[in-house]
Amino acid sequence: MQRRQSSRSPKQPLQVHHKNQTDLSICKKGGTTDSEKSTQNHPSPSNQKNDSKQDSLEQALSYFEKVQDHISLKKNSVLQKHLTTVESIALQRGLPPEGFGVLLNVALSGKLADTVNTRLLKTLVPASVIPETSVVSSVSWLCVSKCSGNIQLLFLRWLITVFDFIDHKEQLHALYGFFFSFLQDEKMCPYVCHLLYLLTRKESVKPFRIRRLLDLQAKMGMQAHLQALLSLYKLFCPELVTITLPGKMKTYFKNSEGPWKAAINTVRRRNQGNFLVSQPLFLGTAQPQSRKRKWNTQLVIPASSTNKNNLEEDRKKNCVDLYSTNKVFPVEQLQNFSQLLQNIHHLEFPSQMGSVLTNPLLLHYMNCVKDESVYLRLYYWIGQTLQEECSWCVADNNQYEEEFKDFLETVYKTESFLQEGFSSCEEFLYKSLPLWDGFCCRSQILRLVSWIPLSSFSEMKSHLYDPLAQLFFTSSLYFKCSVLESLKELLQNWLNWHVIHLDLESASQVHSLNTTLSGLVNMVAELIHFVGWISTVALRLENNTTFLLYFILNFYETVCDMYLRYNLPLLIMPPAGVFYPALLSMDSVSLNQLCYIMYRYRTNLVAAKENELSKKKILQFKFSSQTYQEYNQYIIAMVGCLWTSSAFQKDIHPQGLRMDDELLKKTTVKEFKTSFNIVYHPAMMGYAVLFLQQACPYDTTFNFSLIKGKKWNWYLEYLYAQGLKGLKVFIESSINRVSQASHSKAENMQV
Amino acid sequence: QESAYPQRTAFLLRKQWTLYSVTPLYRFSNAHLRDYARLLSAFIAAEKQKGLAVEIGVELDIKVAVSSLPDLKGSDRDQAAILVQLSLRSPASPKNSEEKLIWSGWFCCVSGDDLSDNVPEDFTCLPLFLANGAESYTSIVGSWFQKTFDCCFRRLALSPLNLSWMAAMWTGCKVDKTASAMELVFSVPCLPHPLDISYAIHPEDAKALWDTVQKTPGEITQEEVDVFMDCLYSHFHRHFKIHLSATKLVKVSTAIASAHCDGIIKFLQSQYLTGVLMLLTELAISQIQ
Repeated sequence: MQRRQSSRSPKQPLQVHHKNQTDLSICKKGGTTDSEKSTQNHPSPSNQKNDSKQDSLEQALSYFEKVQDHISLKKNSVLQKHLTTVESIALQRGLPPEGFGVLLNVALSGKLADTVNTRLLKTLVPASVIPETSVVSSVSWLCVSKCSGNIQLLFLRWLITVFDFIDHKEQLHALYGFFFSFLQDEKMCPYVCHLLYLLTRKESVKPFRIRRLLDLQAKMGMQAHLQALLSLYKLFCPELVTITLPGKMKTYFKNSEGPWKAAINTVRRRNQGNFLVSQPLFLGTAQPQSRKRKWNTQLVIPASSTNKNNLEEDRKKNCVDLYSTNKVFPVEQLQNFSQLLQNIHHLEFPSQMGSVLTNPLLLHYMNCVKDESVYLRLYYWIGQTLQEECSWCVADNNQYEEEFKDFLETVYKTESFLQEGFSSCEEFLYKSLPLWDGFCCRSQILRLVSWIPLSSFSEMKSHLYDPLAQLFFTSSLYFKCSVLESLKELLQNWLNWHVIHLDLESASQVHSLNTTLSGLVNMVAELIHFVGWISTVALRLENNTTFLLYFILNFYETVCDMYLRYNLPLLIMPPAGVFYPALLSMDSVSLNQLCYIMYRYRTNLVAAKENELSKKKILQFKFSSQTYQEYNQYIIAMVGCLWTSSAFQKDIHPQGLRMDDELLKKTTVKEFKTSFNIVYHPAMMGYAVLFLQQACPYDTTFNFSLIKGKKWNWYLEYLYAQGLKGLKVFIESSINRVSQASHSKAENMQV
Repeated sequence: QESAYPQRTAFLLRKQWTLYSVTPLYRFSNAHLRDYARLLSAFIAAEKQKGLAVEIGVELDIKVAVSSLPDLKGSDRDQAAILVQLSLRSPASPKNSEEKLIWSGWFCCVSGDDLSDNVPEDFTCLPLFLANGAESYTSIVGSWFQKTFDCCFRRLALSPLNLSWMAAMWTGCKVDKTASAMELVFSVPCLPHPLDISYAIHPEDAKALWDTVQKTPGEITQEEVDVFMDCLYSHFHRHFKIHLSATKLVKVSTAIASAHCDGIIKFLQSQYLTGVLMLLTELAISQIQ
């Protein structure tokens, strides 16, 4: 039995009447719902594209449904249009079940020319299943012989090829006699034999049919197809078929699958991600359209199937050792979460670990099982697949970019699901980034970057930062923002990892980490310094664009809160090249964001200082005095700008705003001192104008100096009401308003 | 390192082997080779019949043998090599006797400590796979191993750098008989029509050159390899005014072995078999790590 088990997929029990002439078994039950789900989940742009395709397909189908008389293809552009629509959609995505009835009816009714009928039949590639009713009605067309012999043949070949896609076969079985009668036709006979071979059950074998076959054999000579059918009959009813048949026949049937097989494979590959049980790993001899010269280079995620490697004695031994149950729950039967929970103790990973990528239940299971070999198997598989399929590292692979994209997407989703990066992906990125053009599979690659695992041994600088920086500086604004976004996510993933492991450690008191805290702090610091550097350069290259500044400040929103939110004893201030462009930005969004960030820095630094002073616990790490110093320099500059109008005098940062009065006078700006306070600041002036319009509706001179005293307070309230929450928390925390009466004499609070 | 039993590995010589790297095999056991042969032959029968009607109860026409080649090791820590052979039973005499070998492949590991030291017990490290015969069989056998032992096969290409190392290493090896010429084949890139340049050198001349280049016997450095190749290139340039350094080295043939950049190798001397395999094992390991 062992041999048989291995040679057939477990879905096909070893019974003769379940003959599948090819391995087209797809997950039919789950098939349609799964594909529906996946289209729902698509983001909107592709959804629209799908919708418009859907519309044109529906139009084409309704056209073919109504077509009445013979129409010439050459003269009729409408027919041409609909025909090409159906062809292109069918070959790309396959046809929905409801399309088959319509198209088969037209093609077999003989209304249109044979060229059209042929083309229509060739488009009949199923996306999921083929309704049995459509096949039955086409058999009735066949019986009235409205269509030509060639079309009949083509139809039969189609039927044989897609046999396993037909949703039910009961009614087809009832038509056994009709098919049998077609045997008379000499041309159709081989194909009809093949079809009958697929349809035959024990009860189909009747003496009169055997006689008829023997007659045909006497008439036509020894034909392989007739022998095949006879040998099957003999197998079912040895007592009825007494003749001896030659023992061996290399090929019983001609290959029927010609025009459809390639398209079916393409469609199946497209939809493959949706099926839990999918196709055999790769090309054997049966699929000559091997897409690459080498075998084993087709990107197919293996199906989950039970490990058959355990020979019987092994299995017994293992089970006794491990769980003392003698039953292993086959992964193919695992359909829902409750099954997973019930069988979690006698579940076994599939024979190919790669299949877990498309199986969320097994990913859950993987999360529970801490088995090194599980990860190692996955490590090898992902690593080798990535290298083999990489669109830009391997010559001639670029035509398979879409597939590779899908694969990267799947890997990224798995990493997000498991909340951890794979080291094989990390290695792949390090190997391939230096060769990357920054364009191919861009968003997928950048997303994978965000899951680079935290390990103290990695050499991020030469492997990641250097190649990324080269691309960063030479690519578009959009690319720069995408890189910043993915580095922000990378930082967050590292910080989350750190928090989780802190919890685990304190819970178990076991040092499971091979990363020390200082290693972690160093890696995080290195990342933040790298982002600070590229941000500074990028702001200059892109003329301080607000869009870019937004992504940079987003990154610092995470950085400024690392101590309190992620319990990491590290705070790093943004470089002056980021701070000053944000402070002097033309846009209130950036200024507001900066205010919020400075407020969070303050909160974190104050908390750190308090902890230090109270000495509740001996801190392994102290913030360097340099951090406090930098913060204080920035806060002086900021308060000097926005509030006390003294930035030009008081800013002590070496790259700051400090300027001699002489120089400032040369600018001939009259009120240069106040020019960056919350009224005159270019990012705020718009608010000031609107405020004045409301506060003094009759004054048309826009006299900003009116905003003082009580109006200054109103103005602040007005700004807060406009949604400048960052400004609010900043002013409330960092500006010590000595007395409510003397507003202009506020002092900045240093930490 | 010389093989103790040259006759046992003689059948590996003078055949073209296509190279693959293989990630460690999960739950592979030397104790079950017979069972593996049985399962594999059933798998091959099923694969071959795909698309055709399934014959029932007919004896399988391809015989599979899986055996161990204990001689092919670098050290005791290496796994014994595994040989897989497919032979065709002749239809005329179905009961044994005439069996024709149609495909063979073998897994081996010669001094692969780098890899085997780092994997858990469940895994068997045989990182190098060599196949001879129709690719369709390689594909079937390879897929069976991939499915059964959760491993990955990848073609192992040989870079020009690897090939120049081979050229240098093999030049320095002693061969008893009068050896055939050393031949280097270069392909010229970026031409509308492919152009190959074959450069043949008398083995003794090559050896003399290498002896002047190599500083410490038994040790080779990248620098020495570069010098050796540069000398050959400048000699060629003097005669033909062609810079071979601008072309791509695609094939190296010596009396020891011949290697093609597509990852095809032919062993010619059984005494140097393990030596060549050691280099190939190293390349295979670097491809899977």
